[in-house]
Amino acid sequence: MSTLMSSVPTDLRPSGHIQRQRRIERIVVAILMVIASSGVIITTGIVFSLVQPTYRFFTERAISGYGNEEFVGVEESAESGVRDSSELGFADESQIQYAEPVTLGEFFGSTAWYPQYGDGDFGVWPLLVGTFLIMLTASIIAVPAGIGIAFFLSQYASQRARRILKPVLELLAGVPTVVFGFFALFFIGPNIAKNIWPFNEVGIYSGLSAGITVGLMILPTMATLADDAISAVPNSLVEGAFALGATRREVCTGVILPAGLSGIMAAIIIALSRAIGETTIVLLAAGSQAVWTFNLGKEMQTMASYIGFAGIGDQPVDSKGYQTIFAVGLLLFIITFGLNMLSRKVVKRFREVYE
Amino acid sequence: MTASNFIASLADSTSRARRNKNAGFLVVLWASLLLAIVTLATLVINTLVSGVGSLSVDFLTWFPSPFPEDSGIQSALFGSLWVTLTSGVVSLILALGTAIYLEEFTNPNSRLQRFITTNIQTLAGVPSIVYGILGLAFVVRGPLGWGFTVGSAAATLTMMVLPLMIVATREALKAVPSSLREGSYALGATRWQTVYRQVLPAARPGIATGSILGVSRALGESAPLILLGALAYVSYNPTGFDSDFTVLPLLIFKWSTEVQEEFRGLAAAAIIVLLLLLFALNLIAIIIRDRSRIRW
Repeated sequence: MSTLMSSVPTDLRPSGHIQRQRRIERIVVAILMVIASSGVIITTGIVFSLVQPTYRFFTERAISGYGNEEFVGVEESAESGVRDSSELGFADESQIQYAEPVTLGEFFGSTAWYPQYGDGDFGVWPLLVGTFLIMLTASIIAVPAGIGIAFFLSQYASQRARRILKPVLELLAGVPTVVFGFFALFFIGPNIAKNIWPFNEVGIYSGLSAGITVGLMILPTMATLADDAISAVPNSLVEGAFALGATRREVCTGVILPAGLSGIMAAIIIALSRAIGETTIVLLAAGSQAVWTFNLGKEMQTMASYIGFAGIGDQPVDSKGYQTIFAVGLLLFIITFGLNMLSRKVVKRFREVYE
Repeated sequence: MTASNFIASLADSTSRARRNKNAGFLVVLWASLLLAIVTLATLVINTLVSGVGSLSVDFLTWFPSPFPEDSGIQSALFGSLWVTLTSGVVSLILALGTAIYLEEFTNPNSRLQRFITTNIQTLAGVPSIVYGILGLAFVVRGPLGWGFTVGSAAATLTMMVLPLMIVATREALKAVPSSLREGSYALGATRWQTVYRQVLPAARPGIATGSILGVSRALGESAPLILLGALAYVSYNPTGFDSDFTVLPLLIFKWSTEVQEEFRGLAAAAIIVLLLLLFALNLIAIIIRDRSRIRW
């Protein structure tokens, strides 16, 4: 008894190594907290980098050209805030042309988008219509086929078939967009888009070939998300329907589809927002002209592909052309952000709660 | 369709009509599936047919040039290696830190956790080209002003991959059962000791597969780099974070846009190399996943 008593420490404060552990713990938590804020910093960065130049696009005069020349080939300055002629290296300041700020009325009210020529036309409608048309084409392909694949995988496929088909979808989902772009330009365009469009002769570049390819690109995403939505439908419902004598198809269309509709809707919205933001495929397959047209057989630009296109032709910082990148980017960001919010709302609002 | 309608439809339909409809439905499902399989097959075959002729050892070791007959991809291979490795390592560190903080050190229903989670979900839905804009405004020009270098490309891709990596690592941490943590606490370990010695080793396979998938996203991404204005025909390998560079997807893009017919073969050959690299990465991820399937 007495030997046991003597081993109990009389000092009840934590011993040295426990205090050290606590110190380490505090330091670790502090470091992790800093790291965890990186996501918030990136979001702030995105919003700030988009909003500030867009504000200037709509409120300030900007350089639009020099003499009669376009900006192509002008040595650019790395610093932002180049508004002084000497910084641009021009001897004669009077030759620099300034463009008036673009009004919101022109941006949303005009159907001409020629930011690179002369004073420029900055009506965003051709880009919006191009984006919409290509998104529509893509969804006509990806939405039904994606839901079909999801039904097949979850209801019809055997365990073994699933094990083979899932990796096929994963492989397709892992194909880089530039590879799809190449495929669109040299296969879908000449072999498919050219042959199925009845209204006009389809050239090398067309919204149709871009839209088809974007649809094929988002197909695995659509299928996987729809599969998740279908899996969320409780088994008791499915088995109940079978017990009533429903066939597999009737279970799919009559029970699973309505019960999983919120998830499927959310999947569609997410797939569409990916189609809207797709850049490289459209850039390669749909050409580089923002034509005001509703004809898919023609060249067109989407918001995303315009941004990529504007980045290829190096434009001086703070020129009108450079600022369009941010104005269009902000619009694209708002639209995709809105769609993502919508998909979350749909899941919450229309979820059928079972059990 | 309401429940009563549904049941009525079961009773009314004759068996022949039902059988036809069932068969039709199955045909539609098969057609959807076939679309995915045919797409993948056509894409691979089309690329192989146009690219195999240009594949050679010289193609791997020569540098890109404006002349198709003596073009290769060496600098793009090294550029891809530099950019992908850097962004992979940095985003893994950031993602791990965020995931550990959210999963192990915060209350699941706290305001802070919900705020950061929503924020990450938002970031995951942002199109890649918007990350390019962020990189252009902050890293290439603007405050950092790094120019079109390995460092700015890696930074841009890191920001792009980060949300995916965070989601993947969080899933991996979530899959570790809480009994493991509680056992560790019962033995007197602190939170960090528990995370470091119990949770992380148990979650390692999940983290590895998640980060490999993130890295393969970075390896194949082209849109933000096109916007950054990276050069395509770089005739030397990167020597540091501040050197010029090109990557495989950029070179493929550039070659695809060239008018001369010969470049198409080069682009296809470069695609074959890129797809092989991606395939290898995915294979590693699958092997890790299958090897370490721990049943809790």
